[in-house]
Amino acid sequence: MVEETPWQQALRYANRANPYPFYEELRKTPVARQPDGTYVVSTYREIVTLLHDPRVSSDPRKCPVLGTARTEGSVQPAAEPIREALTEPNIITCDPPEHDRDRRTMMPHFVGPPHAPHLISDLEPEIRRLVDGLLDGMRGKNRIDAVDDFAYPLPVTVICKVLGVPLEDEPRFHHWIETALDALDFGPEAASEEIRSRLAGGRQAVQDFGQFAAELLDRYADQPGPGMLSALVNEDGPEGRMSKGVLASNALLLIFAGHETTVNLIAHSVLTLLRHPDALEKLRRRPELIVPGVEELLRFESSVQFWHTRSALEDIDIAGTMIPKGAPIFLAYGSANRDPERFTDPDALDLERRDNQHLGFSQGIHFCFGAPLARLEVQVAVGEFVRRVENPRLVEDPPPYRHNQIFRGPRHVLVDIDGIRD
Amino acid sequence: MTLRATVAELVREFRASGRIVIVGASLAGLRAAETLREEGFTGSLTIIGDEPYEPYDRPPLSKQVLKGWVPADHTKLPRMREVDADWRLGVAATGLDRATKQVRLANGELVPYDRLLIATGTRARQWPNPAEAALHGVHTIRSRDDAAQLQKELAEPPSRVLVIGAGFIGSEVASVCRELDIPVTVVERGAAPLVGALGGVIGEIAAQLQCDHGVDLRCGLGVSSLEGDPGGHVRRAHLSDGSTVDADVVVASLGSIRNVEWLEGSGLAAGFWGVGCDAGGRAFDINGVVTDSIYVAGDVARAPHVLYEYQFLAMEHWDNAVLGAEAAAHNMVNLEPHYRPHLLLPGFWSGQFGVNIKSVGVPPFGDEIVFTQGSVAERRFAAAYGRRGRIVAAVTFDHGKWLEYYGKLIEQSGPFPPPPPGWDQPPDMKPMPAEFPDPRVPTAIPDVVLTGHAPSERTAEFRPRRH
Repeated sequence: MVEETPWQQALRYANRANPYPFYEELRKTPVARQPDGTYVVSTYREIVTLLHDPRVSSDPRKCPVLGTARTEGSVQPAAEPIREALTEPNIITCDPPEHDRDRRTMMPHFVGPPHAPHLISDLEPEIRRLVDGLLDGMRGKNRIDAVDDFAYPLPVTVICKVLGVPLEDEPRFHHWIETALDALDFGPEAASEEIRSRLAGGRQAVQDFGQFAAELLDRYADQPGPGMLSALVNEDGPEGRMSKGVLASNALLLIFAGHETTVNLIAHSVLTLLRHPDALEKLRRRPELIVPGVEELLRFESSVQFWHTRSALEDIDIAGTMIPKGAPIFLAYGSANRDPERFTDPDALDLERRDNQHLGFSQGIHFCFGAPLARLEVQVAVGEFVRRVENPRLVEDPPPYRHNQIFRGPRHVLVDIDGIRD
Repeated sequence: MTLRATVAELVREFRASGRIVIVGASLAGLRAAETLREEGFTGSLTIIGDEPYEPYDRPPLSKQVLKGWVPADHTKLPRMREVDADWRLGVAATGLDRATKQVRLANGELVPYDRLLIATGTRARQWPNPAEAALHGVHTIRSRDDAAQLQKELAEPPSRVLVIGAGFIGSEVASVCRELDIPVTVVERGAAPLVGALGGVIGEIAAQLQCDHGVDLRCGLGVSSLEGDPGGHVRRAHLSDGSTVDADVVVASLGSIRNVEWLEGSGLAAGFWGVGCDAGGRAFDINGVVTDSIYVAGDVARAPHVLYEYQFLAMEHWDNAVLGAEAAAHNMVNLEPHYRPHLLLPGFWSGQFGVNIKSVGVPPFGDEIVFTQGSVAERRFAAAYGRRGRIVAAVTFDHGKWLEYYGKLIEQSGPFPPPPPGWDQPPDMKPMPAEFPDPRVPTAIPDVVLTGHAPSERTAEFRPRRH
């Protein structure tokens, strides 16, 4: 039997709860060529360097291995239904100038001062109301699921409001997203019967989801409504309007990102604080620490563990390794955030950590579009959870994890509680 | 006690009960004070500033403050920690006696120090004719009060603003005027705006930017005189080509003067160009010998830079004030081999006419330029500066996220032209002359002469030109 690389081990489902020892092993080779021809970059410095290198592409169409020229049995990302079903690029799967233009077109409708400097901060009262409602709903319970009862409903409601997606459609696309994600695997288990059998379902889910988005956009074209999607369909930016296909692809991306990453971050934050009672107590006593605290939680359990659409457009010489032109590159954010070369005592949770420039939202031109919204949601949600939930205890550690490796997160986090404070 | 133990004891004692004086209560002075405390200095700390205000941030003054978004007195710098200092605000330092280790203040007081940090920065160069400079409506912009006063007049609004000098501050003021829909004329002696900092190729783009936004830009011209009305308010400017501009607000943005006059006679290497120091912030005396007790940081400091052939560079950049102050403060409470160099890759930013201009490295050190990413026509691009096959600087217009890449190339003495990007390449990627003004243009700097006979007696002396 061929020995598995640390990367392959890190991707095994059995190690989902704690991939960090494998990352540690991985960092001994900052840029590691994998048997399948991909390159995994695991150290902070090298990842940041590549995130700012204009010879690195995010467009899978430019990568012979990731793109259509892929051959059977080559690289694991073959098992990727989302991209296969998406024919049009979105802002994370294209390069400048397309990327810049589309991001610029979308930005004014989201955050982008000077256009809408108050859009996010004005959402705070509503976010607070939602969080309060969720916590109020836990009254009388002795056991809650911090994912289903808390982490999931908030971001979903908020992203639907921001984008203008009817909340009543949510169960449908929740199902599509889950199905698509469960079919996605980059590890040694991708070849298993189980994952292969999920692939068809994943493809179908993305197609259904895409059709849903297209229909929604058509509806807004006929009759404008609230939210960002309607605005993008109906208003001309300084550089005109996005094509319908590109808009649908980006809509999908935003609904999807609003679902997955924030949910996992809230769930991981609760889980991590329950594992570190000192930190939890500190946050209870000093609620103002929620702002640096959330940054630390972003570092400690990055919602996006790695991103994989990147490839080298030229030979790139880095850390003593030559990444050849055309090679797919995995940037392992989850590993970089625990790199002892960059962070002192990286496996310790320090809510007051200074110089905490984590890669929880990436860096460079693909820096997370939704970061300001995610920060606000998590600050309010985790802050209130800590303040209001009485004597929370973790029931099961580690909790069961979702299958997906990119958007790594617990499926459930069961917590015993004594009650809910006012 | 061994010598080593004695030295360690001295350092410990100095940290516990030494006296440190910081002259200059702006960004560099504040960050130095914070760093000293951070590093465990518990002795007495005195901070002297000639303005009556607590340290404030300057970049917003020519932008948000002028637009009226932020009041000038809301730019106070945030405190990173308690500094527990004796603040002497509103009183200038007027002299330095190195023999007795004392700083003289304008009120006659003498402040003794064991170690001194000079962080007196720069001030705006005033309109050279004092009578004209005193006319109502004639401004410079450097301090909080300057910005507050100018903002008030822009709010009136004036019928036309005249900006003299199209460097960064002048261009930012012109940009604010256009945003406020105030007619503005910019007169620049050089061939284009920003030409001193970024060269003629970029200057040409900056000129186009100004014209597109309705600025009446006149390059290659000077202002010969300003004319006031009987009430003493400025009304008109006469230009060197004989033409006139009617304006009721004039902003002179003629660059800066380093605040070193108070050091005259101190025997430090202080002059027109700033205070010379090593890369660790230790001041040089006039002979080029490093001092042990005097440090320099911020705009007024001038240190050799390893990446730029060890040329002495004065960097009037925000980062330089912060990081230079931190390094100097660290070195003030440590001894060799624990000294830290301040090896900043210079960088600055400017917002004007809706464009975010950023630069890294030292553009005027280069003689060639090449556009590397984006589109000049759309005014979103990156360009690199080179000298003898090496990349030495880069500038971006609305492409700031790529600066880190160029910064790394510069740090590693990467090739020029740099490796081409994989996408978004400008059609023409040929290097061309960067068109910086001729450095041989004479400036009125003071002379330094050597005195003494025998090698052991030789010393240097300033013979400042008075004019």
